Amino acid sequence: MSASNATQVEEILSTARNLRSELGTDLHEQLVEAVFATAARIADRAVTRPGEKARPTLDRTLDRLVTSRIWGFPLMFLLFAVMFWLTISGANVPSGWLAWLLVDTIYPVLREGAAGLGLPWWLWGLAIDGMYLATAWVVSVMLPPMAIFFPLFTLLEDFGYLPRVAFNLDWLFKKAGAHGKQAMTTMMGFGCNAAGVIATRIIDSPRERLIAILTNNFALCNGRWPTQILIATLFIGSLVPAYLGGMVSALAVVGVAVLGVVLTFVIAWALSRTVLRGQVSTFSLELPPYRPPRILQTLYTSIIDRTILVLWRAVVWALPAGALIWLTSNIPIGGRSIAEHLITLFNPLGLFVGLNGVILLAYILAIPANEIVIPTVLMLTVLVTGTTGVGQGAGVMFDLQDTNQLIGLLHAGGWTLLTGVNLMLFSLIHNPCSTTIYTIYKETGSAKWTTVAALMPVALGFAVTFLVALVWRMIAG
Amino acid sequence: MTTPTMGATAAGCAACPVHNVANLLKLGVTMDNWNFVVGLAGNPNTGKSTVFNALTGLRQHTGNWPGKTVSRAEGGFEYHGHRYKLVDLPGTYSLLAASPDEEAARDFLLFGRPDVTLVVMDATRVERNLNLVLQVLEITDRVVVCLNLMDEARRHGLQVDDRTLVRELGVPVVPASARYREGLDQVLQAVSEVATGQFVCKPRRIQNEPSELKRAVADLTTRIASAFPGLPNARWVALRLLDGDERIIQAIRKGELGELGSVSPSETATTEAARLQVVR
Repeated sequence: MSASNATQVEEILSTARNLRSELGTDLHEQLVEAVFATAARIADRAVTRPGEKARPTLDRTLDRLVTSRIWGFPLMFLLFAVMFWLTISGANVPSGWLAWLLVDTIYPVLREGAAGLGLPWWLWGLAIDGMYLATAWVVSVMLPPMAIFFPLFTLLEDFGYLPRVAFNLDWLFKKAGAHGKQAMTTMMGFGCNAAGVIATRIIDSPRERLIAILTNNFALCNGRWPTQILIATLFIGSLVPAYLGGMVSALAVVGVAVLGVVLTFVIAWALSRTVLRGQVSTFSLELPPYRPPRILQTLYTSIIDRTILVLWRAVVWALPAGALIWLTSNIPIGGRSIAEHLITLFNPLGLFVGLNGVILLAYILAIPANEIVIPTVLMLTVLVTGTTGVGQGAGVMFDLQDTNQLIGLLHAGGWTLLTGVNLMLFSLIHNPCSTTIYTIYKETGSAKWTTVAALMPVALGFAVTFLVALVWRMIAG
Repeated sequence: MTTPTMGATAAGCAACPVHNVANLLKLGVTMDNWNFVVGLAGNPNTGKSTVFNALTGLRQHTGNWPGKTVSRAEGGFEYHGHRYKLVDLPGTYSLLAASPDEEAARDFLLFGRPDVTLVVMDATRVERNLNLVLQVLEITDRVVVCLNLMDEARRHGLQVDDRTLVRELGVPVVPASARYREGLDQVLQAVSEVATGQFVCKPRRIQNEPSELKRAVADLTTRIASAFPGLPNARWVALRLLDGDERIIQAIRKGELGELGSVSPSETATTEAARLQVVR
């Protein structure tokens, strides 16, 4: 830009400033009104409505039903219960196939191949037992539920139901000082927290978006459902007669998920009254007409945009995590592996809050992906108790199908009912996985808020498990 | 290359559809192998994505707007021997830059200067959708309106007269039902006519401000027009300055807006390269 142009620019800007102060403050409204008035006039000329209103009544009837004070909530719960049930039960089969393919078939072939090539044991241990196996776990556990949940969610979105959900839940979130659209991002979080955090883009106000991001972790993501289901079956389902076991453990898991939703409201309420104070922004919510969803289009875009994106981020983190898990249990210092040293170090704190050192270490090692917590816990327990006959050696994650063998192993590791209950609570209330933390950093662009999002739930988790342990010990004596 | 040809090319550049390559690059749009850029705007729930998918098929690419956490999609199509790049802007109700979505859409229209902006309207909600169309027309004059969801309008017993809209807005208005692929050919035809200059838009600009404001706007518009000759939306810039829009003040200071009015020598070189590529 030339010098004369620069002075010209400053002149324009100062003229604008002067004119603005002369015109007063309602200029913005005047401009908006001028646009609205013109639009109204043109629309009046162009649109005619011969005869009576011919609006189809199906939309109206549906709306009256799904946003009704009485039926709105039950219908919503029913619909989402069906969606979760489809996700959990439908994902088991393909998850099994993937595990069979990646863990039971390809893994031994890779292992033998590496051994046959004469590679040093630590190299294939690190690459195959560590990195490959962790990634295989993450893919086989995460991919099927996401590939079911996201398309279902997108279909509901496409049909036009989600704005009605936001409409139903708006008053609750508003009371907590959050945005009504957070209803949607929380639901997305049940599928995957990283996806839920990305979904907060629909919230315009930065303050409310931050609340939605910070509390998304309390939506129990599907990486944590397997932990919940397994521990509930082992420790809570076994308290009642066998025919009630399935139902009681399912109720326990749902109870934990509901506790997560309650925590979402409590933490949002607390945040909006302390560090994130501000007005609840009003937003106009359009209830668009219901439209038949386009099924193929939805499948394509939800798999490309959501599933693959989230899966990729998870794989990127699972690789180094697998390496780390393998290294800690295979590098010895003074005759014992790093993992054993760390477990001894964490044990006092773990036992104090009603958990144990193995669980704490597993949560640190499994920060990259919640789905490897259970395999890591089992592997570390075997390492500590010196049990023989299960697993495939130090640093190799595994899963057990046999419940009796499993409970025997955990009891040998010193687990009690309190350990089980607190593990379920801690699995709900702890730091988000590194994929989510990374996503939070990407979305907020702030190291400060990312740190808060990571540490706040851990602190809360320790507080809750400590209190439960305290009360438990008082009652149990 | 000889001097006379150089002159001819440089003069042709301002008229060339891709002379804004540098700004488009900043917005993450590469112009390799494309003849025209088309921005796709519209309110949410107007079937904008349906139009986008119908026009581009599976030749699309999703990502983020540079520096923003607003997702965007790009795709392409070919029509009558020209290659068009279609950039899907966020669905917004206005362009007042109140949210990151609106800001991304507005910045693209303002600094990216697409060759054509295709605005998708919901035929069952004409008045509210016109708010956005009118705001788009303030920024750019090369606009095609796709009056979508005509099937729903019929179902609701509404008659929308597209010819009245053409007269009032001064740009092509094409009735369509993208879901059933009705009217999409006519949309393509209108887009190509505006892109190649066969149809010259005479967009409506808002007139009914209070007289005091009108005087201030006129004064400022004259000054801006003389500082940045060739700027197509001096009046809109004047309004934004009067409203104290920091982003626009910054754009003027940095010369981002100046680039729009005239082509600087360094830019001519890039543009020429891009132009040659396009011609080849």
